[in-house]
Amino acid sequence: MSEVRRFLGDAGLVAARDLRIEFRSRVVVGQVVPFALLVLVLFGFALDADHRTLRMFASGLFWVAVLLSALLAVHRSAALELSDGTLDALRMSGLPPAALFLGKATAVFVQLMLLEVVLLGGLLVLYGVQVVDPMLLLVSGLLAGVAVAAAGTLYGALASGLGVRETLLPILLLPVLAPVLIGATRAFDDALGSVAVDGWAWTGLLAVAALIATVVGALAHGVLIED
Amino acid sequence: MAGRYRDGVPVVELRGAVALLGNFPALAGVDLTVESGEVVLLRGPNGAGKTTLLRLCAGLVRPESGSVEVLGHDLVRERRSVRRRVALLGHATGLYDDLTVNQNVRFWARAAGLSAVEATERTASALLRMGLSERLLGQPVHTLSAGQRRRASLAALVVRRPGLWLLDEPHAGLDQSGRDVVDGLVGDAVAAGATVLVSSHELERVAGLGPRVVTISGGVVVDDTGPAVGGGSRV
Amino acid sequence: MTGLDETPGTTGSRGSRLLGCVALASLGVLGVLAFVLTGPDVRIHPTTGEEFGQFDAVRMLYLHVPMAILMYASFLLCAVASVGVLVKRTPWWDVMAHSTAEIGTVLCGLVLVTGSIWGRPVWNTWWEWGDVRLMTTLVLFLLFAGYLALRSTTSDPRRQERQAAVVALVAVLDIPLVNRSVAWWENRTLHQRSTLEELKIEDLTLFTLMFGFLTFGLVVWWLTLQRFRVGWLERAAIDHAVGSAIAERRSETSAVELDAAIGVPGDPAGEESP
Repeated sequence: MSEVRRFLGDAGLVAARDLRIEFRSRVVVGQVVPFALLVLVLFGFALDADHRTLRMFASGLFWVAVLLSALLAVHRSAALELSDGTLDALRMSGLPPAALFLGKATAVFVQLMLLEVVLLGGLLVLYGVQVVDPMLLLVSGLLAGVAVAAAGTLYGALASGLGVRETLLPILLLPVLAPVLIGATRAFDDALGSVAVDGWAWTGLLAVAALIATVVGALAHGVLIED
Repeated sequence: MAGRYRDGVPVVELRGAVALLGNFPALAGVDLTVESGEVVLLRGPNGAGKTTLLRLCAGLVRPESGSVEVLGHDLVRERRSVRRRVALLGHATGLYDDLTVNQNVRFWARAAGLSAVEATERTASALLRMGLSERLLGQPVHTLSAGQRRRASLAALVVRRPGLWLLDEPHAGLDQSGRDVVDGLVGDAVAAGATVLVSSHELERVAGLGPRVVTISGGVVVDDTGPAVGGGSRV
Repeated sequence: MTGLDETPGTTGSRGSRLLGCVALASLGVLGVLAFVLTGPDVRIHPTTGEEFGQFDAVRMLYLHVPMAILMYASFLLCAVASVGVLVKRTPWWDVMAHSTAEIGTVLCGLVLVTGSIWGRPVWNTWWEWGDVRLMTTLVLFLLFAGYLALRSTTSDPRRQERQAAVVALVAVLDIPLVNRSVAWWENRTLHQRSTLEELKIEDLTLFTLMFGFLTFGLVVWWLTLQRFRVGWLERAAIDHAVGSAIAERRSETSAVELDAAIGVPGDPAGEESP
């Protein structure tokens, strides 16, 4: 049991570190979140729409904005280890790679939650949506966030290689997250009352995706950071 | 953490070690045996493979062929196990720019497995030993000079109390007092029974410890003064 | 690993040439069967008496369906080989993984194209977002295109063989998720439930379809074999290059260079006496 506590302690250590860095550098808060809001605004311009139309598409636009911003957040998380040889130091430290993965993924998850909250505010204000089922919104938002954070952190480790791989991240990550996009959008459609679908069934799918992403990420992270 | 290794078993034993950087054979067959408590100076021209040799011993580089044993671990099969017990000072700082010196060193102490209390204690003493003034400790690393960062990197390694020190040009970029700090560190390590491999172009500084001098060139060992202390007619 | 001296200048062998000829002949026969001998799918509506059906478009299916099956087989093989890379880490598994991934991706692209060509006259559209299999195949294509992009980033396969293996396995694991999510998404599907049920299957059509499986099976086998051999030779070439680089490096040093580089005053090489 103490091994588990030790493991979680290690993960917590890494998560706290990443969040502390974010707190000081304010990259996600200062750059990624505004980017996400900007995407929402751009959609508004591009669709040249009235509130009614925007409300119909709100959940899809929301999740596209989240995914695009998640790319930035994940890349930032991976980039923390690229400069100054900290990745080597992490390998030397004896921290289990799975704990490292969990810690970083948790930090990304927290940042994504913040992002989702702000974007939701954006939806409420800019698109005029109404929340019909807040519980569904919360749960599906959380689970989708876990899936995105886990898959993103895993593939972010791939980006800790040669410089050219940074541009690979979107190509690798986005197709993998297609089911999450579909599921989260449907769940939000239900929660925002725009389409009559069974949001909770979709949330179940999201839960499966989140679980798989976390387990696979924990197992595979070690492979990806080694030469 | 013990500084002294089991007597009689070499800390480092390389036989015909080949290591690649991409497709380039940085090490083309290195034979080297280092006993516990020795101080070994690695020298050689740029591109000789000194850095790769140190990284190989740290368990960061995979041996392509040959046998590599460090601290009793066969690095061909179990590279990861040796890392905790070794400290590698490379060219990079190994520090997070946005965190303070204190936060950085404490993080690495905790990451090495120390409890919260131990980590705080050792962090304080290590930073003191490295001669970093109080006011710097609470500053983000990116505001520090190169020399100060180097000291902070060393502090992050000191807290681990490793049995094997691998130092890659530790004096580079440091001023006089910085270099004194490094020398003191090596002296402390030796006194604690640890083994030290240093790669340096500055023979004089390390000479005082009567090191064994191993010369590397073209990825192989071309000269070795042997384990004798004092080095005879050589510097 | 075979040394380059022993390797022939071609990836062909007696066995593979025979296979290739048979496959080629089989393709020819299939062409005749699919485009000449079998009739178009024409059915009479029971009530209105009109002709309907897929007409000549059905001929695409003789290509599309076998390729789809073989595509899945290739990706499955890739997944197995990727597990082999992670567990065993020998070159054979890695070359197999890369080869099957490449072939599978090509097949996937062809499946999408033939499917689209088939779909245009039958569904009246080049693309249909609501169709389960179409969407799943598209995502599958994107997943493995990403895998191939990853593999093309370095010329040395050994550096990323394990990482690529992880990507391949994640891609394969993702497929059921994608399939389920798209299936729920649109209850209706334009995709035929099963080709065998709806078409007017007469003997020749069925035979052509089966023959198509066989033919494409042979073709894909031949292609995979060739691709594997090319990959194998690439690895051999790299090993050979590394081997000679090591030898070259060992002989690199001369005492003169050494003195000059280190510049130690006095007597590093022990040639002069004090």
